[in-house]
Amino acid sequence: MIYREAGQFKTSYKADMAKFPILQDRIAIWIYLVVAFVFIPLFGSDFFINSMMIPFLIFALAAIGLNVLTGYTGQISLGTGAFMGVGAYACYKLTTIFPDTNIILLVLASGLFSAGIGMIFGLPSLRIKGFYLVVTTLAAQFFLEWVFIRVPWLYNYNDSGAIEVPQREAFGFIVTGPAADPSVRYLVVLSLVVGITWVTSNLLRGHTGRSWMMIRDMDIAAELVGVRPLKAKLSSFAISSYIAGVSGALLVFFWLGAAEVESFDVNHSFLVLFMVIIGGLGSLLGSFLGAAFIWMLPIVIRAIPRVLGLDINASTVEQLNFVILGALIIFFLIVEPHGLARLWAIAKQKLRIWPFPY
Amino acid sequence: MDWLYNIVVDPFVQMGAAPDFLLQVLWEGFVTGTLYALIALGYVLIFKASGVFNFAQGIMVVFAALSLVGFYEAGVPAWLALILALGVMGLLAVGTERLVLRHMVNQDEIILFMATIGLSYFLIGAGELIFGGETKSMITTELGLPTGSTVIDVAGGILILQHIDIAAAVIAGILVAALGFFFSKTRIGRALRAVADDHQAALSVGISLNQIWAVVWFAAGIVALATGIMWGARSDVSFALQIVALKALPVLILGGFTSIPGAIIGGLIIGMGEKLFEVYWGGLMGGGVEGWFAYVLALIFLLFRPQGLFGEKIIERV
Repeated sequence: MIYREAGQFKTSYKADMAKFPILQDRIAIWIYLVVAFVFIPLFGSDFFINSMMIPFLIFALAAIGLNVLTGYTGQISLGTGAFMGVGAYACYKLTTIFPDTNIILLVLASGLFSAGIGMIFGLPSLRIKGFYLVVTTLAAQFFLEWVFIRVPWLYNYNDSGAIEVPQREAFGFIVTGPAADPSVRYLVVLSLVVGITWVTSNLLRGHTGRSWMMIRDMDIAAELVGVRPLKAKLSSFAISSYIAGVSGALLVFFWLGAAEVESFDVNHSFLVLFMVIIGGLGSLLGSFLGAAFIWMLPIVIRAIPRVLGLDINASTVEQLNFVILGALIIFFLIVEPHGLARLWAIAKQKLRIWPFPY
Repeated sequence: MDWLYNIVVDPFVQMGAAPDFLLQVLWEGFVTGTLYALIALGYVLIFKASGVFNFAQGIMVVFAALSLVGFYEAGVPAWLALILALGVMGLLAVGTERLVLRHMVNQDEIILFMATIGLSYFLIGAGELIFGGETKSMITTELGLPTGSTVIDVAGGILILQHIDIAAAVIAGILVAALGFFFSKTRIGRALRAVADDHQAALSVGISLNQIWAVVWFAAGIVALATGIMWGARSDVSFALQIVALKALPVLILGGFTSIPGAIIGGLIIGMGEKLFEVYWGGLMGGGVEGWFAYVLALIFLLFRPQGLFGEKIIERV
C-alpha cells in the first residue's frame, strides 16, 4: 500500500538508471543519512557511538571489501584480517613519516599499500580456484601476521610491539588519539564509509563490476566473451584489499587506539566472512546487515542476563555467545542461504503487494 | 655473497656436521607430520563421501579428546571413557546429519563449508561450556599407552625416540590400513565410494545418502578421537589445537583433497619440511617461520600442480 511504485513514470535515461528508482527508497535513504549524520552524533550516548556504531561501520566496510572479492568475483578469501592489518600498519608508518599531513588522506593512502599486497597474493587465483584459493589466502594471513611481529620497523621498534595511535588533527578537530571526541571520530568514519560505499556501488554497476560478476558466474564463459581474467581478478583483489586496508586503518586509528597483531588474526578474517555470508553474498546492503547482525548479537546476548537479573559469569556468557552464533549461522544457511539481504528483498516484495494477495 | 652462503651452503654444512641432530629433527618432523596427516585424513574422509569440506574437523579433535578426559575425570574407568567418547562422536555424527546436512542437500559448496564453520563455532562454545576452558592433560598412562623413551646410537651421536611418538605412528598406520580395507572391501565402504562418485547415481541404485553421511562423519569422529589422544599425549588438550588443525589445509593441497595416501604423504612432507626449515633456515629470518611455512609451500606447489600430488586431474567443462 505505502510501498508501491505505481504511477512513478521514468521519462529519461537518467531516471531509469538511478540508483534508487523508487521514490520511497530515495526518501528512506535520506532519512537514514540524516539520522546517521545528525541525530546519532547529537543524541547518541558515548557508549552507543563508541562500542556499537563505530565498530559496526568499520566492520561493514571490511565486509564490503570482502564482498567485492567473494560475493561479486567468487574468490573465497580468509586473508581479510591480514589485509586490514597491512592498512593499519601502513597508516601508522605514514603518519610517523608525515606527521603534518591530514590523517584522513593518510588513511585513504594506506589502502593503496594493502591493495598492492593483495594483488601479489591474488596472483595465484589465476591458476587456483575454490578451496585451493582459501589456502593461498591463508598463506597471506599467516605470513603477514609473522611479518607484523618480526619486522620491528613496522611498529617503530616499540618495546611492546604494539602500534599506538598518536594524536592527530584534521580540519581543526582532534580526530585520533585518546583526546578525540567519540562523535568526531564517528563522523569521520561514517563519511568515509558512506563515500567508499557510494564509489563501490558505482564501480559494481559499471564495466569493472560486470566483468567481476561474469568471472564469478562462469570464468571460462567470461573469458570467451572477452573478459580478461587477469585484469578482472587482480582488480577485484586490489579493490577488495584497498577497502579492507582502509577499514583496518580506521579500526586502529578511530576505534581501538592501539593494536597488536592479535587485532588482525585469522579469527577476524572469519568474522568478516561470517558478516558477508549472513548478510548476503553479492549485496552491499547485505554487508551492512551482516555486520550489524554479527556485531550487535554478542552485545545483545551479553545484555540479556543483566536485564533478566540472572547471575551468570562473564565467561559462560562468552561461551553461550559462541554456541548461539554457531547455531544461528547454521540456521540462517538452512533457512536462507542467500542471507539477510534476500530476506529484505522478499519482505519488500511482500510490502509492495500488501494488503492484496496478488 | 655472504647471505647467499648462509642460505644455500651453511645449513647443509650444519646438517653434515651433526647427522644425529638432523635425524632428531627429521624424527620430530615425522611425528608432527603424522598428526597433521591424521587431521587431514578426517577432512579427506568427509570430502570424499559428501563433497563437504568439513572445517570443524579440527575442533572435533579437541572435542573428542576433551570428552574422553572429561569422562575420566568424572570417575569413569579409562576403557569405558574411551567407549563413551566414541559414543559422543557417534551422537555428533548423527546429530550433524539430522540437523545440518539433511537440510542442505544441493546447496553450493561454499554454503556447506560455511555451515561447518558454524558447526565449529557451536562446538567451541559447547565444549568450553561443558568441559571448561582450561587446558587439560591427556590420560596417557591410564589408557595403557607407553610413556618412556629409547636412546639409539646413530652416526656418532644419539637419537631419542619417545615411545608415545612411536605408538602414534603405529596407530596412524593401523588406522589408515583399516580405513583402506573398509573403503575397498566392505559393503558400506563401497557405498561410500559410490556416493562420492555421483550422488544421484548412488541414490538411484538404492543407497541411502543420509545413512552414508552419518557413517562417514562417525568414521571422521573416530579418526578425530585417535588424533586427539595422540595430540593430547604430546602436549595438552586445549582449544589452541584448532589453529594447528588449519595446517591440515596445506597438507590436503599437497596430497589432493580425495586421496588417503596423499593425506598421509602430504602430512609427512609438511611436518618434516617445516621442522627442517625452522631449525636450519628459520634463524636467518628471526625464527617463528613454522607458522606460515606450510601455507607458502602449498601456495608455491599449487602454482605448478593445481590438483595436488595424488589428486585427480581437474578437467573443466563448459
